[in-house]
Amino acid sequence: MQWEVVIGLEIHVQLSTKSKIFSGASTAYGAEPNTQACTVDLGLPGVLPVFNGEALKKSVMFGLAIGAQINERSVFDRKNYFYPDSPKAYQISQLYYPIVGEGHIDIDMEDGSQKRIGVTRAHMEEDAGKSLHENFQNQTGIDLNRAGTPLLEIVSEPDMRSAKEAVAYMRKIHSIVRYLGVSDGNMQEGSFRCDANVSLRPKGQEEFGMRAELKNINSFRFVEKAINVEIERQMDILESGGTVIQETRLYDSEKNETRSMRSKEEANDYRYFPDPDLLPIVISAEEIEAIKQTLPEMPDAKCDRYMAQLGLSEKDAKALTVDRDMADYYEQVQLSINDAKMAANWILGDVSAMNNKNGLEFKDCPVNAMQLTGLLKRIKDSTISGKIAKEVFEAIYSGEGTGDESDADAIIDKKGLKQITDTGAIESIIDDVIANNPGQVAEFQSGKDKLIGFFVGQVMKASKGKANPGQVNQLLMKKLKP
Amino acid sequence: MMYNKTIAELSAGLKAGDFSSVELTQTYLERINTLDEQLNSFITVTPERALEQAKEADVQRAAGHAGLLNGIPLAQKDIFCTKGVKTSCGSKMLDPFISPYDATTIMKFNDSGAVMLGKTNMDEFAMGSSNETSWYGPVKNPWNLDAVPGGSSGGSAAAVAARLTPAATGTDTGGSIRQPASFCGITGLKPTYGRVSRYGMIAFASSLDQAGPMTRTAEDAALMLNVMAGLDKRDSTSVDEAVPDYTAHLNDGIEGLKIGLPKEFFSEGLDDAVAKVIESAIKEYEKMGAVIKEISLPTSKLAVPTYYIIAPSECSSNLSRMDGVRYGYRCDDPKDLNDLYIRSRGEGFGPETKRRILVGTYALSEGFYDAYYVKAQKTRRLISNDFHQAFDEVDVIMGPAAPSTAFNIGELTDDPITMYLSDIYTIAVNLAGLPGMSIPAGFAKNMPVGLQLIGQHFAESKLLNVAHQFQKQTDWHLKLPESFK
Repeated sequence: MQWEVVIGLEIHVQLSTKSKIFSGASTAYGAEPNTQACTVDLGLPGVLPVFNGEALKKSVMFGLAIGAQINERSVFDRKNYFYPDSPKAYQISQLYYPIVGEGHIDIDMEDGSQKRIGVTRAHMEEDAGKSLHENFQNQTGIDLNRAGTPLLEIVSEPDMRSAKEAVAYMRKIHSIVRYLGVSDGNMQEGSFRCDANVSLRPKGQEEFGMRAELKNINSFRFVEKAINVEIERQMDILESGGTVIQETRLYDSEKNETRSMRSKEEANDYRYFPDPDLLPIVISAEEIEAIKQTLPEMPDAKCDRYMAQLGLSEKDAKALTVDRDMADYYEQVQLSINDAKMAANWILGDVSAMNNKNGLEFKDCPVNAMQLTGLLKRIKDSTISGKIAKEVFEAIYSGEGTGDESDADAIIDKKGLKQITDTGAIESIIDDVIANNPGQVAEFQSGKDKLIGFFVGQVMKASKGKANPGQVNQLLMKKLKP
Repeated sequence: MMYNKTIAELSAGLKAGDFSSVELTQTYLERINTLDEQLNSFITVTPERALEQAKEADVQRAAGHAGLLNGIPLAQKDIFCTKGVKTSCGSKMLDPFISPYDATTIMKFNDSGAVMLGKTNMDEFAMGSSNETSWYGPVKNPWNLDAVPGGSSGGSAAAVAARLTPAATGTDTGGSIRQPASFCGITGLKPTYGRVSRYGMIAFASSLDQAGPMTRTAEDAALMLNVMAGLDKRDSTSVDEAVPDYTAHLNDGIEGLKIGLPKEFFSEGLDDAVAKVIESAIKEYEKMGAVIKEISLPTSKLAVPTYYIIAPSECSSNLSRMDGVRYGYRCDDPKDLNDLYIRSRGEGFGPETKRRILVGTYALSEGFYDAYYVKAQKTRRLISNDFHQAFDEVDVIMGPAAPSTAFNIGELTDDPITMYLSDIYTIAVNLAGLPGMSIPAGFAKNMPVGLQLIGQHFAESKLLNVAHQFQKQTDWHLKLPESFK
């Protein structure tokens, strides 16, 4: 039987507000347990939530960026369940009237085409605290610092047909929230988390198969692996004539398997109802329009512009625009050196390679855009060759310099890396090379043209790489084949 | 007699230097000490704190900083979180709970220079109409120690009626200020929903709860409300509506006042003797020049069933935080997490609280939500519309605050439905979010009867004016139970 995979994702994005969604406590990550939990976050008797308007603004920005309906009236509901890290024993969320309605994004497929993935809705809610099971023998520690951190839960349509598509969708959402600055998207710190609904159906069948929900998968790599092992698991069951049961499953990245957390029967009845402590959230068309005006250029639009205005290839334009930090960096360098291609090559080449090697994100790149600009200007005016430039770049990357555009110049000066362009000086090196290699000269002159590379190499080596390669070539030809 | 004075009189006495706040506070502490054993109206008495506050109030007065409530002793219902003081809400569940913060209402009274004598007894989590559901035992009615004081603010009502405090706070979700005010013969005002902050007031049913004053007179209620009312940024449901001086219109004439009498409030279920008292009170208003008009609130008969869906639904969620994890009662030696939840809550909550949590949990369950909760919200809208239509024709609606006078302790404990019906005239007012009052209107079979006044949204000034005019003509509010003289 041919099976079709059906995947829908629920992505939880922590919104980067300074204070919590319903209290004034800080949302900063990594503080001592329970030092950022106020009376409201602790769920003391009598306390009341007060909505943080920043969370609304950021949610609306996301909705507008995916072309979604923004609901002028949205309502907070209570989702009731008991758990020690849920201090009120209910989570304030939006079930019936979410802030963001239907929207969509386009993902890139491997064959170069695009696929549209529907977003059903996105709603605001509060994060729970954390249960800490380590370091407490036979007990569980509760840290409520995270309790009340604003979340935007983005629910997709079941439009994805493979783990790869799911990852592409997740990356696209990640890129969008980072672009908008509505979330830091930090997956290690849990700012961006994903649940995946996975089911299989016979190819051609319209009705969905029974689904399993994979909980809390915290990296792009794990999403792909978790979905793939779940697909295999379900396929094994179906192929052997069994039935998949509806349940929540947990992905174990160490064993690369999913295991049952709770079945549908064990699922909570959350008894949602509108939170009487909070008024409906009302936002006018004018306010939505005002937020729209603050939206930055989004990755797709930026990509198109790089291709049309700057003449970049689609591949380069896409690569440069996935990460807003990289795109901003690129634009700054490109504008300063006025060479779109050179800036792209360096940023996608040496700069990205060094970042990857050091496990750094673009925003943490130790060479800033001004420093790179200073370096690339010296290539363009032939002060140094591309090869020497790499040496200078590595020096700046490793911390030499002060963060200014003049850093490259200072390093070139200090290390004496300035290119030799004096014809007399190059000629004298060439003369030495010719004198020391009579055999190769004879071979070359008898027609072995390839040997030109050998001579260039020798001259460059003798000049410690500083001779201008173009000049070397030209002068060599003149002297060897007069 | 110092203890038999109103806030207005005591405030004048303090101002004139007839006595100090410390002397006044000592007088009431002494009365509580000797008389409350009979009533059980206080859960916690805070004499040291009270005397400290009184001393400070006297210092402030000497320095020329004294508002009208400066140095006035008050009692606070034990539903208001009070920093450093046990805040039990009448429950074993919160018996160990010392609040780390002050409710907005407590803060406002502290700022006004008022003195807190202690925390008054109440039905557990404000769920009850007789004060019999309190974990701290029932409160007795000062007019008859075999009778209940009403509830849930029964401790406050009894304490004011017995002159153990000049005034107290109460909260009213379905009648919890007005019904005990009626049973104990005092003045009680439930303001418009959103008029007084709910921050720090332990929630029973969030969309209905409202705090208000319980006093001897309408004038005192106005003085209290002046302090309590106002927008609070910590309560999203508090309303940004200017706070007038509620004493400003007390003496306005009421000639031509249009009073509506809902025929549904005078039909079966109303005790004959109570009906007679209410009728004579209405006659008093006619004498003052008011115009009486019969009106109809046809959907008000749905108020009790509607309320008993909405209030338990909200309470089932509001009380979930009492889980034995962070504060309050925790069972001994829990085996695991579920055992901790089940036994802490099973042992910590009383039967009426459990009954309402169960009803609410059921009403919100998947498959029942639309049939119960959503439908109840629709009915609530209809009930509200009835009032709005009525107010097109009349200025104030009047009727009994309760269908009977105070019943005896134990009389209705096995009959929750009849118990619930004792709030039949008050509940609709909460559902509509309107302000309501109960004022002493006379006696039936030697027990006090309260006249209920219902106004439009934010018409507290009007209600207080109408109540004050009645109190100028009558002396029911001056009556003092014999054994507390």
